[in-house]
Amino acid sequence: MELRIKKTILYLLLSVLALTCVLPFVLMMVNSTRSGLEIMTSFSFIPGKSVKENWETVFGYFNLIRGFGNSIMVAVPATILTAYFSAITAYALAIYHFRGGKVLFFVIVVFMMIPGQLSLLGFYNLIAKLKLIDSYIPLIIPAIASPGIVFFLRQYLISVLSKSLLEAARIDGAGELHIFHRIVFPIMLPGVATMSIGAFIGNWNSYLVPLILLNSPEKFTLPVMIASLNSSTDITSNQGAIYLAVAISVIPILVVFAFCSKYIISSISAGAVKE
Amino acid sequence: MKEAGVIRKKRNVNKMGYVFIIPFVVTFLVFSVYPVFRTLYLSFTDFKGFKTPNFVGTENYVRVLSDKFFWRALGNTVRIWSLNIVLQLGIAFLLTIVFSDIKYRLKGLGFFRAVFYLPNIIAATSVAFLFRTLLDWRYGSINQILASVGINAATPVNWLGSSSVAPYVISVIGAWMWFGNSFILLMAGVQGIPSDYFEAAAIDGAGRWKVFRKITIPLLKPILLYVGITSLIGGLQMFDLPFLISGGTAGNPSGKLQTVIMYLYKFGFEVGTHQVGYAAAIAYTLFAIILVISVVQYRLMREKEN
Repeated sequence: MELRIKKTILYLLLSVLALTCVLPFVLMMVNSTRSGLEIMTSFSFIPGKSVKENWETVFGYFNLIRGFGNSIMVAVPATILTAYFSAITAYALAIYHFRGGKVLFFVIVVFMMIPGQLSLLGFYNLIAKLKLIDSYIPLIIPAIASPGIVFFLRQYLISVLSKSLLEAARIDGAGELHIFHRIVFPIMLPGVATMSIGAFIGNWNSYLVPLILLNSPEKFTLPVMIASLNSSTDITSNQGAIYLAVAISVIPILVVFAFCSKYIISSISAGAVKE
Repeated sequence: MKEAGVIRKKRNVNKMGYVFIIPFVVTFLVFSVYPVFRTLYLSFTDFKGFKTPNFVGTENYVRVLSDKFFWRALGNTVRIWSLNIVLQLGIAFLLTIVFSDIKYRLKGLGFFRAVFYLPNIIAATSVAFLFRTLLDWRYGSINQILASVGINAATPVNWLGSSSVAPYVISVIGAWMWFGNSFILLMAGVQGIPSDYFEAAAIDGAGRWKVFRKITIPLLKPILLYVGITSLIGGLQMFDLPFLISGGTAGNPSGKLQTVIMYLYKFGFEVGTHQVGYAAAIAYTLFAIILVISVVQYRLMREKEN
């Protein structure tokens, strides 16, 4: 009996904590449908009728759909490059014995621990020398080399792939690239998918690097566009429009999370146990 | 004869390893390794973002160490980070204890884990604007909710405008964003502990607190160390949240929200204050500080073990 009361209290506390995680998003959704004046005078959980006005205010300042498209143009190719090249690199490091393989693996582990700020200035300097400022290339191409994901996939592959399968394929005369594409990649797909979701969210949310590399407003990705709200005074006077702009940027991620939360959480757990 | 053929074939196969890693290695060298060394080189020059850099020796580093604004920014970062880490790990720890308790056997771990992780996946820009608007001291929903239940109705708290409150507001928002991540990591650690340990302890009649102290904490140590070091590295590099909430590199109110990376950004990327060499020296000084603290943290954890 006592245990039951304690359990009830615990569930209650957990629910309160869960509510604080969700409440800001609920307020965001509700306020994005209310007018600036309504928001200023009182709060409410009942949606208002001003979505259209807020929408017009937001789009009068910038084209969020365009920002959306820009974010997709950066995040999708970057994620695909990360997934494919991390997989093939992890495969090479896990299966083949070649000179320098161990050294490369060691360097990968070291670079996983180096904070990003050490490369930031040198990276900008390099991109400026290559005359690639204000281009998407430096936001996409570097995704080919993701040390953390290679590390994870190598460990993953060692635990799921049996070498006899490869031997059998070789005896059948299959080429190495063919073996990778037709046999190995499907086997490691669950791991690749998990890592890709994380990589996509990271790319989608990335702020600092696009902020320093992109100059023209029509090329801004969604986070950079949202952050440029700062400089506009007419939009900051209408809170409803800000909530709507933020809501539009958040909803795709919420949708991804609704379908993939299991994979995302298992990938974090897997990372923890591997360390 | 046949055997030699097989061996030769195997050697050819292994050579494919080189082919497969070429794209990674080239990209890695150009966009990851080179920039790190380029930053190091720039930190010894007077590079201003244009013209050719001149070598100036350790001048930039001497300047960083005597720059009171650098130390102020480091102090600000540590202040924000310390409350943040206490809350973030504290909540995560309590949740881990509650969910790993074999007497309670709470249900819904999957659901709560997902909800607690939710704030993590939202872009810091969106979180910053959301809270800036919610925490507006005159018209924000938070003060309206507080006033409606009779708290601070006459004197609403200026959450983001008061220099004594704002840093801790950032800590709390950070903890709100990241406690779910720490919880998942710690929980994964507990689930990795073989359940016979707990069962054996229960048979021996060990109390909850004793089980926790003698089994859970010691076995969780590697993960705690991992969470501690990664949150330190992330925390000392805090940028998005304070930058966007305070609305610029000045870190207002009264510069209390200016973190080290915001200070670096001011010299590295802001028009008018371009001193890239100096910014690079700030980056490496911060790295040295992080390295020293990580090693100390690691040593302390090790010593406790013995």
